[in-house]
Amino acid sequence: MSQKQNQLNVILNGESLWVPEGVSVAAAFSLSGEDSCRVSVSGQVRTPFCGMGVCQECRVTVNGLRRLACQTLCQPGMQIERTENE
Amino acid sequence: MSDLVCDVLVIGAGPAGLAAARAAAESGQSVLVLDDNLRPGGQIWRDGPNVALPALAQQYRRAVEALSNVTLLNGVKIIACCGPQNILYEAATGSGVVNYQTLILCCGARELLLPFPGWTLPGVTGAGGLQAQIKQGLPIKGERVAIAGSGPLLMAVADSVIKAGGEVVRVAEQASAMHLAAFAGGLWRWPAKLRQSFTLLNRHYRPDSFVLEAIGEQRLTAIRLQTGTRVTTLACERLACGFGLVANVELAMLLGCRLSDDAVAVDENQQTSQPKIYAAGECTGIGGSELALTEGAIAGYVATDNQQRAKGLMRQRDKWRRFADAVAQAFALNPALKALAEPQTLVCRCEDVSLGQLNGFPDWTAAKLSSRCGMGACQGKICATAARHLLGWPLPAPRIPLTPVRVETLARLNDIETDE
Repeated sequence: MSQKQNQLNVILNGESLWVPEGVSVAAAFSLSGEDSCRVSVSGQVRTPFCGMGVCQECRVTVNGLRRLACQTLCQPGMQIERTENE
Repeated sequence: MSDLVCDVLVIGAGPAGLAAARAAAESGQSVLVLDDNLRPGGQIWRDGPNVALPALAQQYRRAVEALSNVTLLNGVKIIACCGPQNILYEAATGSGVVNYQTLILCCGARELLLPFPGWTLPGVTGAGGLQAQIKQGLPIKGERVAIAGSGPLLMAVADSVIKAGGEVVRVAEQASAMHLAAFAGGLWRWPAKLRQSFTLLNRHYRPDSFVLEAIGEQRLTAIRLQTGTRVTTLACERLACGFGLVANVELAMLLGCRLSDDAVAVDENQQTSQPKIYAAGECTGIGGSELALTEGAIAGYVATDNQQRAKGLMRQRDKWRRFADAVAQAFALNPALKALAEPQTLVCRCEDVSLGQLNGFPDWTAAKLSSRCGMGACQGKICATAARHLLGWPLPAPRIPLTPVRVETLARLNDIETDE
């Protein structure tokens, strides 16, 4: 089951996570307790920055496709993965 | 997704785009609105799980939804122009070409994000950037938040932080107390703005104040602030820092529209330098939502040959342009902010290029070829804009695709070009 009252379940880096309906994937990262979305070319951990789809710091993989976490809404059963070393 | 045809294409569904669509729809022509965000409203009317949308925002959204000759598509990015009156777009599930007769650009603005030591640390975001994330469900309950930079947006961000259960420990406005006092003293000319300023007042607001450094090992733990001549350190979990807004001009540049003061140049009819292309709202110069609504309506009417209705709105536009001028004067950026970044501070966050690596180059292109700055995923939207402010370099020409896209979309672009 990936939905209960006002909550939905996503898989974030292989771990099941319940989040409120209507939140962004960026918010889901924070709700998981670890908000890093990617590791930069020099090895720095980066988190969502501009919040509006410009800076690309929050680029992650959602259901196999490259998406911006700040511009993607969580859906039941969604598979989300961090970006490593890019 | 599929190829689409319309009479009037509006790019952007913020206040300007919604007003333009509404006005253009009165002609009975088919109107298509393409918007980058998940929901209409732009940045200022961003909707989300814990947002109480202002009545005016709801009114515009409902009005546009109710119009049978207007189609609004969200989550759509514009990728390229491909031939006369054709643009390529990409959405979550695919891509397509739109053929239009008339184009209205309502591309909005983004934050001016300037580098300072520590600005890449987790916990540091744009000012509007934090507000946008809060509206979309970011939990900040109990966190200490410092807000810094410049402009009326800072107070709105503080309001959002408090409503979400965060603790605002400082609002650091770089503008001087003298400029702010002159601005506040003139607000009676725009009574709605005067009322709004009272509702947003915050006791931690300080003028003449800016962040020198964000401090932390793995993530932000404190900031170093300069207020007047005093330097202090303040513990916080988040720093939301934005230095005002810059117009989104990339698509307009790609279409050959002339710029003026780094915004799309328009005449009194909101017409750009290109025939059949109009522009309205923040992409024509920063002015706020009231001005954007008025300009959008004018553009929508003129684009559909309803000069009379457009004329009736011009006085209102003048009033809000005067407000925009007053804001620009009051919040003009202190030149000291150009010295915040140190040689080892990263300017390009995509390719991790420091300010020191840019020194000695005459312009953006030379710096880019040797350092890779601006060659990453954001395509220089953050760092080239910062370099423009810090070093005075001209804005680089936009390149296709305007934003990172999937391979299928690129292949599509190639097919179109081969056909021509």
